[in-house]
Amino acid sequence: MAFEASGGGDKAQRFRAAALPYLDEVYSLARYLLRNSSDAEDAAQECYLRAFRHFETFRGGPIKPWLLAILRNVCRAEYARRGAAALQSESLDAAEDCVEGLWTQSEASPEASVLGRLDGETVQRLIDGLPDQFRETLVLREINDLSYREIADVTGAPVGTVMSRLARARTMLRDAWIAEERGS
Amino acid sequence: MTCEEARVLLHALIDGELDASHAREVEAHAATCAKCTAELATFRGMRQRLQGQNLRYTAPPMLRKSIDKAVPITAGTSRRGLLQGFAAGSIVSAAAAASLTFVVLRGDRDSSILGEAVSAHLRSLQADHLTDVLSSDQHTVKPWFNGRIDLAPPVIDLTGQGFTLIGGRLDFIDGKPVAAIVYRRRVHVINLFVMQGIGQVLSAPKLQVIQGFNILRWSDQGFNLMAVSDLAQDELEEFHGKFDSAAKAARAS
Repeated sequence: MAFEASGGGDKAQRFRAAALPYLDEVYSLARYLLRNSSDAEDAAQECYLRAFRHFETFRGGPIKPWLLAILRNVCRAEYARRGAAALQSESLDAAEDCVEGLWTQSEASPEASVLGRLDGETVQRLIDGLPDQFRETLVLREINDLSYREIADVTGAPVGTVMSRLARARTMLRDAWIAEERGS
Repeated sequence: MTCEEARVLLHALIDGELDASHAREVEAHAATCAKCTAELATFRGMRQRLQGQNLRYTAPPMLRKSIDKAVPITAGTSRRGLLQGFAAGSIVSAAAAASLTFVVLRGDRDSSILGEAVSAHLRSLQADHLTDVLSSDQHTVKPWFNGRIDLAPPVIDLTGQGFTLIGGRLDFIDGKPVAAIVYRRRVHVINLFVMQGIGQVLSAPKLQVIQGFNILRWSDQGFNLMAVSDLAQDELEEFHGKFDSAAKAARAS
């Protein structure tokens, strides 16, 4: 069509319209994954640059999971740079192996724990305290509002694993929440 | 269903991820198990707490700016300004989208004029709108435009040369009135739009294809002329050649 702008301008324009509305989501995930605002800013910036560079490979559908998957890769590179990657994944595998131990722990309380109100900053701090893989899954679900299928795509884990990580993450958050209420 | 299964699946239940039959299974288990009922209540409550609070972080304005700068823009400044505003708002309103299209189109005004010429041609082919004045006599068609439009279009009868004059019509392009002179070649209609101050002034005839129609444009005597037809390109060029020499002959006489 004669109305079309030149290739480069058109791509930048489509990218901006599609991707920039999700900047707060991308930045939020970066903040939770890296637990530090200046690293999160760098990661979000790098995410958008990579996303723009590879915008041709975006096959349509919701763009948010695609962006968050790129951000996650950027953050993993940052973990590697920090030299924490090896340690993290070891401790995570261990954590996933001891799921049963967790269930036994909670056997003690058959009645529902009604969680009290905590202010936003406190809840953010409690989430920050979760181990990487569980924090990531919880944030993708509760903050970024992704479906299990989308979380599986973003994290490269099977849906069943997403479900069990989420169960673990929520259980850990509940325990931390109760401890926080008792302590304060 | 065991408690262990239920304690994982109840999260999928809370999140609305379970199909109806699995949801019923989890609920049936919970109905018989106090611990799982308690878990379900606790985590439902937790999800409400989490949803009720703004736990998102807002990207700092400087970050937004630097990403905005980093994504290359090849278009002009006015378009850029608009896009910045467009992208900054989290709600993409229909009005913003509409004005964006408008700006993009305006950047290529000549293309939009060609598009309008094709639209006018298509409209003219619809029932009874081909001509306002139906006559094969150029001395009838030419005066008809007097008082209707602020220009005196060249109306030339080419019937003897294979292009039958069938009449004239007042039309609009770019919001301005233009003269449309209508010819027929076998079953093909040619709309010759004659306008002033609309579109490019061309030093040589230019042939373009827009939406499958051939458009031959040229400028002469202060007019911009645009012949639109589904006629083959060589025949449209022939039309232009004959029109041009007849017009020159008419001026010389």
